[in-house]
Amino acid sequence: MELRICHLYPDLLNLYGDRGNLIALTNRARWRGIAASVTECRLGDPLDGDAYDLYFIGGGEDRQQRLASNDLRARKGGILTQAAQAGAVVLAVCGGYQLLGHYYRPAEGDDLVGLGLLDLTTAHPGPSVRRLIGNIVISSTLLGGATVVGFENHGGRTRLGPGAAPLGNVIRGFGNNGEDHTEGGVSRNVYGTYLHGPLLPKNPLFTDHLITTALGRRHGQVTLQPLDDRIEAEAHASAVLRAAGHK
Amino acid sequence: MPGRVARGLAPDVMRTLAARLPSGTIVVTGTNGKTTTTRLIAHILSVAGFSSVHNRAGANLAAGITAALLQRATLGGKIRGDVGIFEVDEATLPIVQPALQPRAIVLTNLFRDQLDRYGEIDIVAGRWETALSNAADVAIIFNADDPLVASVATRTMTRRVAFGIEDSSCSIGTLEHAADARHCYRCGVLYEYRAVYFGHMGVYRCPQCGTARPSPDVSAHEVEARGLEGSAFTLRTPHGSARVKTRLPGAYNLHNVLAAATCSLEMGVALPAIVQGIETFAPAFGRAERVQVNGHEAVLLLAKNPAGFNEVLRTVLRDSDQPTVLIAINDLTADGRDISWLWDVDFEMLAGRIRRAIITGIRAHDMDLRLKHAGVPDETRAVTTDLAQAFDLAIESTNGRRLYVLPTYTAMLQLRKILQRRGLVTGFWED
Repeated sequence: MELRICHLYPDLLNLYGDRGNLIALTNRARWRGIAASVTECRLGDPLDGDAYDLYFIGGGEDRQQRLASNDLRARKGGILTQAAQAGAVVLAVCGGYQLLGHYYRPAEGDDLVGLGLLDLTTAHPGPSVRRLIGNIVISSTLLGGATVVGFENHGGRTRLGPGAAPLGNVIRGFGNNGEDHTEGGVSRNVYGTYLHGPLLPKNPLFTDHLITTALGRRHGQVTLQPLDDRIEAEAHASAVLRAAGHK
Repeated sequence: MPGRVARGLAPDVMRTLAARLPSGTIVVTGTNGKTTTTRLIAHILSVAGFSSVHNRAGANLAAGITAALLQRATLGGKIRGDVGIFEVDEATLPIVQPALQPRAIVLTNLFRDQLDRYGEIDIVAGRWETALSNAADVAIIFNADDPLVASVATRTMTRRVAFGIEDSSCSIGTLEHAADARHCYRCGVLYEYRAVYFGHMGVYRCPQCGTARPSPDVSAHEVEARGLEGSAFTLRTPHGSARVKTRLPGAYNLHNVLAAATCSLEMGVALPAIVQGIETFAPAFGRAERVQVNGHEAVLLLAKNPAGFNEVLRTVLRDSDQPTVLIAINDLTADGRDISWLWDVDFEMLAGRIRRAIITGIRAHDMDLRLKHAGVPDETRAVTTDLAQAFDLAIESTNGRRLYVLPTYTAMLQLRKILQRRGLVTGFWED
């Protein structure tokens, strides 16, 4: 059994410790004796829609996001959509998350047309409106109400349509738009979120959910061996306290 | 605080006082190396007979600069000092530049640091460009090895002087994960590097539009790295060359030394005085500062962002076999509240190569998890969030050898306070 990961735009969209998500996915597979590989797919590279169980897209600054968005639509969008329909997991964080929606409307300039893999839209309210920055804790419906912790830093405000469920409800922090208490967007095996920090190392439940779902496409129902997660639990608990203002 | 009050009372007090400095002002800005570069310039200029006014380390916003000027002003409004040397927060440059009207602006580097405070790296670069486009009659002294800094500097209309490292033996080979500005500013294509010194610093060229690293006017050749003891190199300038020894370790400090040398030349200081200044300069607090603790030596190496941290880790591993390290990670405003950058540091290089890692600070548990994923085994790591306790434990674990302390900014200040209370260090730079 092998977990095959494709990292999209590793050099353009790699803000905020995104590499930590790949480290967590591959280590948690390998610690269980499951082989794991990460293949990088850059600007201009062709994308193989059959070769991977999980596609990861990170966050980037405006300029990089625009470059990635053009390439995504021109070269990779159709293939990625088909792969997602065939059961591959797509995980996108921050800027990548915005690109999975219908569009991202920047403060200045033209809309970035997204892939529409998630039923949501994002608009940047302009430079005079504050960015949504800080530690965040959500309660994830997907994980039976378990908390997911991270850090968010985004200007764009995201609104979910009826076709996307939130990843969770905001306990501390801002989430999608700072108003409706939703955070992230999920549709079947496509996941988007503003949580970095990075997301996966401190949230092993969510990481294992993604690994199980990703392996499921080719291997059916997979049961993962439990791991010793005491260090993860400590880091998770301290992040929850930090978000509540404790030192 | 007096700075803030005065600025409220007389908004142009900074402008008025700065204009009374007979030899003008120098501004140092950038992500890393501001404090060291500013102190080194002040030191070289003092060797050359200048009396300088400078702000305290870290007090690099408008209020801190005004306070420094006020402190040296007489009641009659005269100012005691020849020249002002100010480190300026990279986001504050556009506010400070018009008031100070500096004769030289030193641009050290731009790293993705404290994004939660400044927004994105491109925004800072854009602000610099605006500030510099309004500056007349100023020399821009810039790091040619940083493509982002060079792209900002080369678009200004003012006089420019570039510095850089010219020794391919300093290259670490390929770009690190922590490299920020890897894409050509004009066409978005990845730069090709002939040499990578650390982070995105190196000798680069865009294969598409041909934009390349500017040839440095002042450069370091035949570099001999001596671990924590510093390095020796040949300093080449338009006014001659000299072999120089610096006590500041690591490639990042070579840039600081080059920046200070270039700026001093710009101020008219002769090469021998520059060499003397560099060779007699001791590291700024927390920057490779050494402390004696009950017969043990502890070295403080400030680590505040991925590229800087990687360079510190390489320096430690070069300096010692199986070292004991104390890592202290805080997430206060001055550190950056977002600690996700820990995952961009190549801690993997520590796996199997350290004797013990004591982990502390507000985000100790995040750091512990990072080292677990980096392959540092459980029995090598120990966590305690109490800084004083962690320091004692770390000293005990060294087995008589040197302890390497790697703190973020506020963790370093806290640790120094603890050491100061024990009488082991004196107060930091407040002269």
